[in-house]
Amino acid sequence: MGYSCIAPQIKDGAILYSPFQSIENLPQGISDYQSPGSYKLKKSQDKRLFNWSNGPQALKPILFSPHENLWRAEKNSDGKITFVQQIPEITPLAIIGLRSCDLAAMESMDRHFLRPDNPDPWYKKRRENLLLVAVNCVSPSNSCFCVSTGTGPEATSGYDLRLHECDGGFLVNAGTEQGEKVLDVCQPSPASQPILDQVKKELSNAVAVQSRGIAANDFRSIFSGREDDSIWDETASRCLGCGNCTAVCPTCFCHREEDSSGLDLENSVHHRVWDSCFSAEHSMLHGQPVRKDVRERYRQWMTHKLSGWHDQFGESGCVGCGRCITWCPVGIDLVAESASFISLDNGEE
Amino acid sequence: MLDSSKIPMQAEVVERSRESESIFTLRLRLLDEQHRRHYRFDPGQFNMVYLHGVGEIPISIVSDDRNMHLLDHTIRAVGRVTRGLEQLCEGDVIGLRGPFGRGWPMGKMRDKDVVVITGGVGCAPVASAISYINRRRARFGHLAIVEGVRHRDDLIYPDRFERWRSIKNTKVLLTSSEQSAPWPWYTGRVTDHLDEMEIDPSKAVAMLCGPEGMMISAAEALESMGVEESSIWLSIERNMQCGEGFCGHCQMGSLFVCRDGPVFNWTEVRGLLKVVGI
Repeated sequence: MGYSCIAPQIKDGAILYSPFQSIENLPQGISDYQSPGSYKLKKSQDKRLFNWSNGPQALKPILFSPHENLWRAEKNSDGKITFVQQIPEITPLAIIGLRSCDLAAMESMDRHFLRPDNPDPWYKKRRENLLLVAVNCVSPSNSCFCVSTGTGPEATSGYDLRLHECDGGFLVNAGTEQGEKVLDVCQPSPASQPILDQVKKELSNAVAVQSRGIAANDFRSIFSGREDDSIWDETASRCLGCGNCTAVCPTCFCHREEDSSGLDLENSVHHRVWDSCFSAEHSMLHGQPVRKDVRERYRQWMTHKLSGWHDQFGESGCVGCGRCITWCPVGIDLVAESASFISLDNGEE
Repeated sequence: MLDSSKIPMQAEVVERSRESESIFTLRLRLLDEQHRRHYRFDPGQFNMVYLHGVGEIPISIVSDDRNMHLLDHTIRAVGRVTRGLEQLCEGDVIGLRGPFGRGWPMGKMRDKDVVVITGGVGCAPVASAISYINRRRARFGHLAIVEGVRHRDDLIYPDRFERWRSIKNTKVLLTSSEQSAPWPWYTGRVTDHLDEMEIDPSKAVAMLCGPEGMMISAAEALESMGVEESSIWLSIERNMQCGEGFCGHCQMGSLFVCRDGPVFNWTEVRGLLKVVGI
């Protein structure tokens, strides 16, 4: 149907989504072990292709490119400047193996970049012509908490096709007309009751194994007036301010704009790259950062995700994927850090 | 025509004038006839000014909105882009995206006394609003303009202040907090002279722009004089790169300063401004 395919594959010791040619490239018989500050792949007993939870990145770098050229400025011989918009050329893309947390994150990014009154043309271009194939997550990691955020483990929206991997096959259903068209070509046979029962059992198990759970969905009243709480100092004493959490977070949208000029100084490209609120430059104003230390930057990150996001987008900015916990080099746990404000609320501290 | 909020328009430097040792004003004219026809701004809005090959910075539009074809930008040379802009000559071409943000609520000031309190180069983002009022003088009550500087060398627009001083029903108070050099006007902070404004606080609307500490003190002082909390407006500065609330740098609490502001009501930001590093 003219789609290039992107699917999860092992790269540099992690599962990442990249262009794929053959089913042999999928991570068959591989599962992942994750905990605060730790990620490892290991061989498992079964032959399943999707028996792992998630890797450091999924949809975010595909839709919100880490490096996007926005426009080019050419200086002409008469001193005038020609501005040329740079819009990426995108071929129709099928992305296979997406988790419910990543689809929830995509819907969150859509709310930011595809504002009805003023959509971002670069994100919009990459968002079009996609075929999104979800696979239910049956093996959440120790870092996952999507049950508590209401965003998984079963994919319930945002997909064109949804798969549930069974031993020896897939249960499939379409979420859109586009997905239906693919099913029309594949002509799958109806699922038997034992398979449906098995799927149900696996999903309830994926719910049951999640021991981690965020203490609230909306932290606005919990964080309110607590900007100077000593909890922030304690967290900041462990935080390296490296920005890993913001790089792996599937809803972090901050980016900075930069210019790269050719050596002839005539052509210059204005582009954007991912940025992190953990850098001093992020809030730089007249040569001084507004958020001057790690404490203020961590507070910005966490309050934005769990509190400010509700004002901005009417929902939480956290989808429970657990990446910020796994990929934090010192294992700072968003769930535990945010819960410490709740225990204080209950007078248990 | 490309979307001028996303891709810069060409603008030519018509004039560069010096306001102080480090502050200058660029008068720009859009080169493209179509751009000139479509471009409209409100007092208090800003443009992203692009220096070829170097970068973009947010600068408020200080000129009179009567003349949409000549756009003045008062700039302090502090960084790479602004120091480069300082070197430009008449006829040089730069880029301009905009206008962006929410400006001053001119409609809410009708038949009201208007208070303008600014600090240093903070008088630039209200200059356009003052011109707006002066052109429709009968629609507004008394106008009080209070500008505070640290040192007399920091005062910009001396000619404008003198011109405004001569307009009917207008009071201009200039004050310097350092007394090291001869200075014909007041000494002290802006808040030391608010009782000389000759306005009726119960029917006053205020526009504040300057360092955040100064704006907080001024807003609180106005409230204690009887100015309604919701009649006080402030122009806030943050790091801005896209101008449209996408890049995330200007966030202050849950506000995108570039899109939701830069002009905010005191009720929207008073809690946020008191949190250090928000």
